[in-house]
Amino acid sequence: MIKTDVVIIGAGPIGLFAVHQLGIKGLKSEVIDNLDKAGGQCIELYPDKPIYDIPAVPECSGMSLIDNLLEQIKPFGSKIHLNERVQEIKEEKGLWTLKTSNKKTFTTPNIIIAGGVGSFEPRKLPLKELTKFENKSVFYSVTNKNLFKNKKISIFGGGDSALDWALEFAKYSKVTLIHRRNEFRGAPHTLKELNKLKKEGKIIIKTPFQIDSINEGKEIKFIKIKNDDEKTEKIETDIVLGFFGLIMQLGPIAEWGLNMDKKTIKVNTQNFQTNKPGIFAIGDICSYPGKLKLILSGFHEAALASVECFKRARPNETYRFQFTTSSKEIQDRLGIKK
Amino acid sequence: MPKITYIEQNGNSKTIEVDNGLTVMEGAVQNNITGIDADCGGAMACATCHVYVEDSCLNKLPKAEEAEQDMIDMAYKPNKNSRLSCQIVVSDEIDGLTVTTPEKQT
Repeated sequence: MIKTDVVIIGAGPIGLFAVHQLGIKGLKSEVIDNLDKAGGQCIELYPDKPIYDIPAVPECSGMSLIDNLLEQIKPFGSKIHLNERVQEIKEEKGLWTLKTSNKKTFTTPNIIIAGGVGSFEPRKLPLKELTKFENKSVFYSVTNKNLFKNKKISIFGGGDSALDWALEFAKYSKVTLIHRRNEFRGAPHTLKELNKLKKEGKIIIKTPFQIDSINEGKEIKFIKIKNDDEKTEKIETDIVLGFFGLIMQLGPIAEWGLNMDKKTIKVNTQNFQTNKPGIFAIGDICSYPGKLKLILSGFHEAALASVECFKRARPNETYRFQFTTSSKEIQDRLGIKK
Repeated sequence: MPKITYIEQNGNSKTIEVDNGLTVMEGAVQNNITGIDADCGGAMACATCHVYVEDSCLNKLPKAEEAEQDMIDMAYKPNKNSRLSCQIVVSDEIDGLTVTTPEKQT
């Protein structure tokens, strides 16, 4: 059981800055995120895209923003628990207990939900019949390459993941790469390699095609694909792989009894608390009149939520507003030596 | 003000006046059109504002940029009429635009 002042759900920019705002007030926090690295959408969706509206930073990439935030919160030593999702929460006498998918338990007076638009999950092929074969002969990621040896593999997608795996599996399997348009989106050397293998007959490319159907029965024997003119083709297949990027699902958060507005959580703008005392929502996941889904708005929300977290975590102390420029106490917490 | 028609999969259709300069996605979200999620808020990062543009309207629109096409690859059941509604800016030129929302976005 991990005891802490605040549990932050989501290691995106806003969750990370919350660590800072809590940390300078002397509060300990732990961060939990479903992904395998910190950074949320900034890292998962646009690590290289430039951002131009971070105050006092004329231009930075998603990646450099996250790197700087991680640097900024180093002094506080908050642990970031990755590859974990908070499954359930329970309240008793003003304390929340959280259980994660990895069976870790946290107890805390405050939960800050900085979950963006939810947790990332692979987007699936739009054919219901494939569901029952998932993780047997239909996959959306590759964890064990051995499963893909000496097989007939149909790969769907036109981006780097689809291309990289097509090239890899073509070494020892019969690969058909299927994409909805003629253009692929990949690194130049990948595209060159793909063309080479296509010419040598080592990869079959089918464009512009999408999935249409599969055979009936207990195992996949073939799939049918179709193009925009409804022309279909049959491809003998043992394994289907789909690479369509990630979608965001709210997941268990939707079942915690919070006041929701579609996929967002309603908060008050004084301290960004939800209808449940001790549960806060900040960043893209919260909603209030006038809400803007901007990183800078999330930073502000983190600052205000942290004040209420202090009051709940230290009920016997008086909260005192302090500036980082002049507070010896804050500078000590930041480990600044003079 | 330009009129945009949104047709849902079940055939329900709503025609809405949308301000010049807003996107077709914003027009939908502000007027409670179901079937357009727009999870990322218009950053062209999620493909959940995917729509099918009616054939007759396709040539009124500037062609989708490469980055938009890349995102449409991720959308649910894309076809040659697929666009991201966050990338279609409303103007007098596209008055009368008709889009159909997909069965689902994710």
